[in-house]
Amino acid sequence: MSRSFLGMPAFPRAADVSTRDTRLRANLTHATRTIRDKRARAVAELDDWAGLRAAGAALKDRTLRHLDRYLEQLEESVVAAGGQVHWAADAAEANRIVTRLVRETGEREVVKVKSMATQEIGLNEALAEAGIRAYETDLAELIVQLGDDLPSHILVPAIHRNRAEIRDIFRREMGKWGRPAPEGLSDSPAELAEAARLHLREKFLTAKVGISGANFMVAETGTLVVVESEGNGRMCLTLPETLISVVGIEKTVPTWQDLEVFLQLLPRSSTAERMNPYTTTWTGTTDGDGPRTFHLVLLDNGRTDTLADTVGRQALRCIRCSACLNVCPVYERAGGHAYGSPYPGPIGAILTPQLRGMAGPLEQSLPYASSLCGACYEVCPVAIDIPEVLVHLRERVVEGGPVTRGGARVVLKPARGHAAERAAMRAAAWAFDHPGALRGGMRLAARTRRLHPRRLPGPGRAWSDTRALPAVPAESFRDWWRRTRGANGNSETGGVE
Amino acid sequence: MSSRDVVLARVRRALADVPRGEGPHDPPVPRDYLRVHGSRTTEETVELLAENLADYRAVVHRCAPGELPALIGRLLAERGARTVVAPTGLDPRWLSAAEVTVLPDRAGDTARELDAVDSVVTGCALAVAETGTLVLDAGPDQGSRRITLVPDHHLCVVRVPGQVVGSVPEALPRLSPERPLTWISGPSATSDIELDRVEGVHGPRTLEVVLLAEEGGS
Repeated sequence: MSRSFLGMPAFPRAADVSTRDTRLRANLTHATRTIRDKRARAVAELDDWAGLRAAGAALKDRTLRHLDRYLEQLEESVVAAGGQVHWAADAAEANRIVTRLVRETGEREVVKVKSMATQEIGLNEALAEAGIRAYETDLAELIVQLGDDLPSHILVPAIHRNRAEIRDIFRREMGKWGRPAPEGLSDSPAELAEAARLHLREKFLTAKVGISGANFMVAETGTLVVVESEGNGRMCLTLPETLISVVGIEKTVPTWQDLEVFLQLLPRSSTAERMNPYTTTWTGTTDGDGPRTFHLVLLDNGRTDTLADTVGRQALRCIRCSACLNVCPVYERAGGHAYGSPYPGPIGAILTPQLRGMAGPLEQSLPYASSLCGACYEVCPVAIDIPEVLVHLRERVVEGGPVTRGGARVVLKPARGHAAERAAMRAAAWAFDHPGALRGGMRLAARTRRLHPRRLPGPGRAWSDTRALPAVPAESFRDWWRRTRGANGNSETGGVE
Repeated sequence: MSSRDVVLARVRRALADVPRGEGPHDPPVPRDYLRVHGSRTTEETVELLAENLADYRAVVHRCAPGELPALIGRLLAERGARTVVAPTGLDPRWLSAAEVTVLPDRAGDTARELDAVDSVVTGCALAVAETGTLVLDAGPDQGSRRITLVPDHHLCVVRVPGQVVGSVPEALPRLSPERPLTWISGPSATSDIELDRVEGVHGPRTLEVVLLAEEGGS
């Protein structure tokens, strides 16, 4: 597992490559269209969808506004039920905790339930360095892991692969990790799923340590919830002797009753089903049923920094359904890898810069990875106003301003590369205040239009690398207006001479 | 300072904008969503459960109280099942007509031993009509979570109408979070390859549900 999201190029450069990949675009177009049509039908079955959405948003806001109290309550409930709670301020600490816990079991292998949090912190790589092998057991995650690839979608991490590519990966790689692919494996999804079943079953039946995330944690009762489809989650959550769950602190919900909202919102928004095939809930440990030891690792890793931003905070409502990816015209064309993080698409464009801070070129580019069409907001089951946060983050990139990093308030400087944009905006503001200069400038531009380069020179180059320059018309609107109507002001027909 | 203190202190600083007087039950949550979608008679609710179970590829059977042992015997025979794991609290009459070796749910058995078993027969805690979901809560007639996971065939008996609720909001108050729960909607499935749905990956590939009419019920 050599691939990592760290150090990925900024969005425009990555997207410039990925949008030219016609096979990727065909796979993505098919997948996103299929799922968004299905989702619309699943949502239409519930005539109180708007009410559920409002309740989901309000419940998440309530939790976030009192997160300290709910986290303390959660910890108390989990410990009372026989679990152990660990706190991790950042990715490195979470990885150290999990590595230590696995080592204490004496095991060198773990089975994993698909988890965004462990992707985010690079847990598999950290475990590998410690000599511990982590087996991904979700079919799509298995495809990604065997292909030495990166996930490109929150729900369907291997969405960028088609069946023939998956067959080739299985044939080539399965034998290196365990049971090889069956002889003569075809590319039918049923046969591929069967190959995964056979390959992974021997891992499930012998694994002593399971690692998961969680979709929800109930503060009132200490209950963790994992929703899934394949049963690999149930295998990892119930067969091993030790279970370690790494969960972002924002996954907390106040009460057991609140699950009635989220268990309706999540499956329909995510897989477009009335209910996902399997949901597992557990509260601490139970004698004679499931793991004897349960560890919960509560992960900050930028979440409290995100919480400190009163506009950006709403990104922490996210329940990782991925509906916003499937409606996003930018995601559909650029693909998930271009976002340089396990969180692609519109939610990734607001979550990644906030979790990691906006110091790097990738994080600075992500708020621009959007057409601001608003489809992501419309479809979001917890009503995150993604366009509002995108615009807010763009302002931070261009203007700088106060942000929280690692819990401390700092003032962000304007990002490099945006100096030219700011200068251009100031120049534009001046020109609009001076109509004579504006008119003169436009006439000059019109007369020289055949000489204009396709890309801007100097500091404007970065801007025009990813945008087509608008063609300058032969005549400005102001001149045209003056010539055709402005002179006598009563020309009914207007028109061109 | 421990990481616990660090994270909690960060949370408190981050929430400096939240007014001091605001309690953990603020802001208000609008609960004007529906408890159940549409109005149905008891028979219609059971019918909806059957439809939604079948829609997600569970095989649905119905029977009257006296017919259950014969039905279970027939369904197991049709699959050629020779060994069946049964929870300790399962009504022994249910398997009385089945020509199989019945194995108890024992914590000491390894997962590999369980893997050699053909089928599992259980009851359930309740079923949700609107979503086509069975909920198991590890009660005496359901056993540990793993016995309904490792064998490839799960036969689940739902008492109708007593164990059927309309919706998810009606289900949660009847369930105890202290018990480990498994919500099952159709057999194991994946859509990870080009979003083509395939039934059967790691959990049971076949889910059969018997809707058992209660004495004097429908």
